[in-house]
Amino acid sequence: MSDAGPRGRVQGIQRPRWWPWLVWAAVLIPGPAVLAALVADFLLGTRWLGSNPVKEGELLLGQLTIKYLVATLAVTPVRRLLGWNWLQRDRRTFGLAAFFTALAHFLWYSLLDVQLDGGQLAEDLTKRTYIIVGFAALVVMVPLALTSTRAAIARLRRRWVTLHRLVYAVPVLGIMHWWMSVKADVGPPALYSAVFALLLGWRWWQARRATVDGRLARRREIRPH
Amino acid sequence: MLIHPPVAPDLRSSAITPEALYLTRREWLAAAGLTVGAIAGVSTLLPRKAAAQQAPGKPYGLQSDDTPTPWEDVTSYNNFYEFGTDKGDPARVARGFRTRPWTVKVEGLVSKPGDYALEDFVKAGRVEDRIYRHRCVEAWSMVIPWRGIMLADVLKRAEPTPGAKFVEFTTLYDPSRMPGQRQPVLRWPYAEGLRLDEAMHPLTMLATGVYGRDLPNQNGAPLRLVVPWKYGFKGIKSIVRIRITDRQPTTAWNDSAPNEYGFYCNVNPTVDHPRWSQAKERRIGEFLRRPTLMFNGYADQVELLYAGMDLRRNY
Repeated sequence: MSDAGPRGRVQGIQRPRWWPWLVWAAVLIPGPAVLAALVADFLLGTRWLGSNPVKEGELLLGQLTIKYLVATLAVTPVRRLLGWNWLQRDRRTFGLAAFFTALAHFLWYSLLDVQLDGGQLAEDLTKRTYIIVGFAALVVMVPLALTSTRAAIARLRRRWVTLHRLVYAVPVLGIMHWWMSVKADVGPPALYSAVFALLLGWRWWQARRATVDGRLARRREIRPH
Repeated sequence: MLIHPPVAPDLRSSAITPEALYLTRREWLAAAGLTVGAIAGVSTLLPRKAAAQQAPGKPYGLQSDDTPTPWEDVTSYNNFYEFGTDKGDPARVARGFRTRPWTVKVEGLVSKPGDYALEDFVKAGRVEDRIYRHRCVEAWSMVIPWRGIMLADVLKRAEPTPGAKFVEFTTLYDPSRMPGQRQPVLRWPYAEGLRLDEAMHPLTMLATGVYGRDLPNQNGAPLRLVVPWKYGFKGIKSIVRIRITDRQPTTAWNDSAPNEYGFYCNVNPTVDHPRWSQAKERRIGEFLRRPTLMFNGYADQVELLYAGMDLRRNY
């Protein structure tokens, strides 16, 4: 590309005018739609969520969380590789969507599925590994969501960057939770773990290249001409 | 000869809520949902849908609030991994599955082994309609009006020899007709087993139909096992072989995850699946969960089979 900057950075397309609408639709419609479908299935006799709407909705919210996580973690690679720098501002939107969907998934599980059966909740959260791991993913997201405001970013400065590295733990925990919860068909969680491996692997490779480049540059500086 | 415990008298039909009442309730429910948003919270506690059709048969071991699960749910929410792992897959993928001609082989420790065409196979017993509870290991349940014969009749015709102790069942293996078998999700073909006394129990059925019609493919056509006091996955589908043996057969889910699925798989609210509680279940069509009953409500009929056994160990 003619306008490749230093280190081969590319200049991407301009942000389409409809892009923000797409983002808002993607984060605001699916979650409430799942809840609406549940209400309709029980009150109006529709079959949008099939024969077991409570279970189906719970699974849908879990999978939706994973998708928002993919979107969140894809922002930086896509921005770098395609030069869509305007994508940066959507990262927080996707991240918050992942958090709120995970929270909805947990509330759905405890209120609608387990129906606040205290004994079972306590047992699940202490004895069942996949639930503990899933809950841990949600807990990890709490400080990230709380410090997602402009004010928090300004206040925490470099510590914000360090704190938000925690986000890399979320897909690991989330996939473990999903993988351990299936009976035999590990296909879908396996597919998404490959996606996360790519997204996290790319970062690792970038970081490694940066250190190697840095080291080479330093070595070049001290080398006598 | 085997001695089996007597079947407790069936629940009187008067104890079952008349269908008309359910139909009224459904109309009321729909009306409530449409017009009175304020009571939404209350109406969600009621059954989502009532039985869509007249359910034929005698209600075995049902409680007064058990109502047959609508045909629509019985035939669209199925675990049948031979046709895909999603519960909606079997109804879609099995649509073109051909079940005629179908041969069932009866072999092993019997005096009269044989290969039977399905039509001859079912002549072993009288075809009956029976309404059973169905409890899936995944903590959901249904009430299903099955049609079929007693497995005991099939075994009696084959005449088990004195060494016979177990019965092994095998599903058709044909990846070209059962595309799910191309994925190594389980070890194919699916296999199940029962102790001979469990197999001879008068509640144990070989079903050929549901709701008075032939079994839809997704429900295990043309022949499936129904053992109402055990988790649903014991109900092996599309059976092609019944073998009587002297040792405990390997079963599909026990082979796949022995720490989660044993040989017996009796419905037991006090023995949890390692990953979830079995104390309660969600009846398809209902919002509130109901307590799971010991042996799925068939304790009176079957508990003698397990007298003195540690059911925690023999899960």
